[in-house]
Amino acid sequence: MGEVIVVTSGKGGVGKTTTSANIGTGLASNGHKVVLVDTDIGLRNLDVVLGLENRIVYDLVDVTSGNCRLKQALIKDKRFPNLFLLPAAQTKDKTAVNPEQMKTLADELKAEFDYAIIDCPAGIEQGFRNAIAGADRAVVVCTPEVSAVRDADRIIGLLEAAELRNPKLIINRLRPDMVKRGDMMDISDILDILAIELIGVVPEDESIVVSTNRGEPAVMDMGSKAGEAYRRITKRIEGEDIPLMNLDVPVGIMDRLKRLIGLR
Amino acid sequence: MLEFISRMLGRESASSKTVAKERLRLVLVHDRASISPAMLNKLREDLVKVISNYMEIDEAALEFNLCQDDREVALVANIPVVKMKRDYATKGLAE
Ligand SMILES: Nc1ncnc2c1ncn2[C@@H]1O[C@H](COP(=O)(O)OP(=O)(O)OP(=O)(O)O)[C@@H](O)[C@H]1O
Ligand SMILES: [Mg+2]
Repeated sequence: MGEVIVVTSGKGGVGKTTTSANIGTGLASNGHKVVLVDTDIGLRNLDVVLGLENRIVYDLVDVTSGNCRLKQALIKDKRFPNLFLLPAAQTKDKTAVNPEQMKTLADELKAEFDYAIIDCPAGIEQGFRNAIAGADRAVVVCTPEVSAVRDADRIIGLLEAAELRNPKLIINRLRPDMVKRGDMMDISDILDILAIELIGVVPEDESIVVSTNRGEPAVMDMGSKAGEAYRRITKRIEGEDIPLMNLDVPVGIMDRLKRLIGLR
Repeated sequence: MLEFISRMLGRESASSKTVAKERLRLVLVHDRASISPAMLNKLREDLVKVISNYMEIDEAALEFNLCQDDREVALVANIPVVKMKRDYATKGLAE
């Protein structure tokens, strides 16, 4: 029996789709049978992040409304034969699916896969309720910004109200240089406020943009810092106890100058 | 001149992350209690009205806040009492 994990955030654009693609690909490269489900109906994205946009025939709404069988809608990944995508419908809206149907789908996926990763749309309306309906666990993504942390707090409350207890936090787009300057909230500041368990920290990294351009998740790029962060998160999801990666920045010339003239 | 250099090098009186954290802390108290500042004010007024039936309080010195501890929010009020009303007076009110 597999597990359904929803990746959610409240605020848009903080990295849910990037995170879903990387965790899913990471789990598949570790040998698990994985399905990625894009529930962002009308704003389909997971297909392009994975580089599978040309293979779509059926979508999530086709499956939940009985237009096709689950197997017909699943798209096999180019790299891993054990990784599949269930794409979102592009021409419908979020009310085309309801939470009851998502629960039924989740049960079907659990019977077939080790992990089902659900990429949740932004917001707290029906799209969110659909995405969390069949989930066993939740991962909350936020960036080190006031609005993203605030929305994450709201989402944590809503997850708890929906009996999805102990969600895990991913802090995305952390900039160690800004943290060092005191111009970005640090890991401990955010944990202090949200009071949930951390499952990983992903640095701001150009390789995310490059990998998204190519449709190849950064988790497969051994030279990518963000990829390394996602490899560690994958292992933590599998239950391993892995330390946080070292995100220290080297002491720069400005720091040295400041110290010299006694500003720090 | 020194001030200019120090601004150039990015030193400020309070780092922006400290400001961010403090603002978040405050905004989340209200978010979590799902009560707006306006509603909190109304509650304060109502509370003062009720208490004033029984005692005279120092309204200017009254402290009234939602306090947050981990994921819990508590309403904490510190209400200085100036004078107690006589018991028969409240009985009289009830009649
Ligand atoms: N660690 C990172 N470093 C650099 N860029 C990043 C990082 N994480 C995400 N991005 C970029 O941020 C943008 C938004 O990411 P993504 O699409 O994953 O967010 P989302 O939460 O799924 O958005 P939406 O709410 O619209 O679904 C993308 O362009 C992505 O490439
Ligand atoms: Mg997305």
